[in-house]
Amino acid sequence: MLSPKSKPSYGVIVVPDRITKKDYDTVVIGGGPAGLAAALKAREKGLETLVVETRDRLGGIPLQCIHPGFGIHYFKEDMTGPEFVYRFIDKLLSTDIDYTVKSYVNMAEYVSPMEKKLEIITPYGTEIVRTKTIIYAAGARERTRYEIGITGPNPAGIMTAGEAQTLMDMYGVMPGKKILIVGSGDVGLIMARRFVLEGAEVVGVVEILPYPSGLIRNVQQCLKDYGIPLLLSHMVISVKQRNGRVSSAVVVKVDENFKPIQGTENEIECDTIVIAAGLKPRTKLLESLGAQIDPRTKGPVVNEYFETTIPGVFAAGNALIINDYVDYAVEQGELAALAATKYVDEKGIRIKKPVKIVLGRNMRLIVPQMLTLTSDALFYGRVARPEDNVWLSFKEIGFKIPQLKVLPSIMIRQKIRLDKLRMLETDTLTVEVIPRD
Amino acid sequence: MTRQVKKIICIVCPRGCEITVELEDGKIKSIKGYSCPLGKQYAEKEVVNPERILMSIVECVGGDLPVVSVKTAKPIPLSRMIEASKALADIAVKAPVEIGDKIFENLLGLGVDVIATRPCHEQRG
Repeated sequence: MLSPKSKPSYGVIVVPDRITKKDYDTVVIGGGPAGLAAALKAREKGLETLVVETRDRLGGIPLQCIHPGFGIHYFKEDMTGPEFVYRFIDKLLSTDIDYTVKSYVNMAEYVSPMEKKLEIITPYGTEIVRTKTIIYAAGARERTRYEIGITGPNPAGIMTAGEAQTLMDMYGVMPGKKILIVGSGDVGLIMARRFVLEGAEVVGVVEILPYPSGLIRNVQQCLKDYGIPLLLSHMVISVKQRNGRVSSAVVVKVDENFKPIQGTENEIECDTIVIAAGLKPRTKLLESLGAQIDPRTKGPVVNEYFETTIPGVFAAGNALIINDYVDYAVEQGELAALAATKYVDEKGIRIKKPVKIVLGRNMRLIVPQMLTLTSDALFYGRVARPEDNVWLSFKEIGFKIPQLKVLPSIMIRQKIRLDKLRMLETDTLTVEVIPRD
Repeated sequence: MTRQVKKIICIVCPRGCEITVELEDGKIKSIKGYSCPLGKQYAEKEVVNPERILMSIVECVGGDLPVVSVKTAKPIPLSRMIEASKALADIAVKAPVEIGDKIFENLLGLGVDVIATRPCHEQRG
């Protein structure tokens, strides 16, 4: 093992050996916004903290999100992704929080409520570390072409939106000249604008749903601003190639059951197909620990402390639920850190009364999925379909909040105080969206 | 007298408020639908002269990454975004670069500077 080097300015290139201990109060897995926020809060509360990051630097995905629109809620100013996340990185580097980059947790083992064992692969070899708690903030992965039914040959020029973003905005490599984007999620919309600004032609954005899945402001400032066509209720059915490179895509209109409508096929010439089909929480390590996964969120089942079904293992950020805003990831990181502090101090999270959250009318997914009834609860959810003038209702406690408009692309965030939750007489709480007459 | 109603999607924050601006002879008569002062300001500007912050990348020589990300320090006219981005394609800076460093002065003569948004440190070892 090499001796710890002097602190480098940003933890890049020269990888410091900063795993200085064998025992931690919390190990934060993932050095993106949720992980950094969690580590800072945990250290502030006195926990011995280690951050493990796989990339060669701290910061996570915002490092490549060079567009503005970050930080309005959290810092009350408009920033780009790197500027936003460097606030956290700089703060973390001014503390004595241990961190290791180019490292990943290869194996996690639940030994006892107050002991988890982690095998961490680092550039300096394998480290075994014990910790009382884990905050899992490993983010999400992008859905691939195969998950949205684009099968067939695999010529050069097909990539995910995040890959295109890494290529272009981290490494300065242009992914193509004539680009078709599949999926109208935010990453796809944002990349459409970036491609146009860097001199490529974006021939269209194809979306299978009858409405865009990204934020409405991104439809405006990324597509409408540059006259990029948005093809709603359309899908790609095949990809053609020439000399090993994409040459065109065949696009077809779909009916309300997402079935292709015969005779509406249209061949669009392009050299690059960018898949922006949404994200899926990374859960492999949590699953290896035996944590229960919610088929709706695709992330772990958690209580109001964002504690998974494994005691002392918490989740935050896009590893917990796919968030709209980085602010939410940060918020979840901080809450998970406070929960980890409580866990360490009180040797566990006690359950007053186990409550199961039930999805009611027009609710597609929600976290937390269960409650201990010992704390306020912060709910994040999504509706199944767009609706106007409705109540967001927490049925069994008779708590309703009016909503002018609900959309699947806009996450619902609602805090419910403990005194309200304590009014619950059943062991289930139904969250539903109901019409407001 | 000509009346005009413009609907605008606010881009200030992720909320995306739909703001309705009523114009009379090109003058703003009423603004509805915003939920913060920034949104109102945005709508006032948007109906007359839409402006955006430009984001791009600039080559960084000798850095730990080949490019540094940049933005205009102030919004620039939307109609000049692509031209402005092209102007940044041919320049290069030398590492190290810190967030906020001035990368380019007076872009397209608009009186707006371009600043770095991501550090680029010297490649070591």
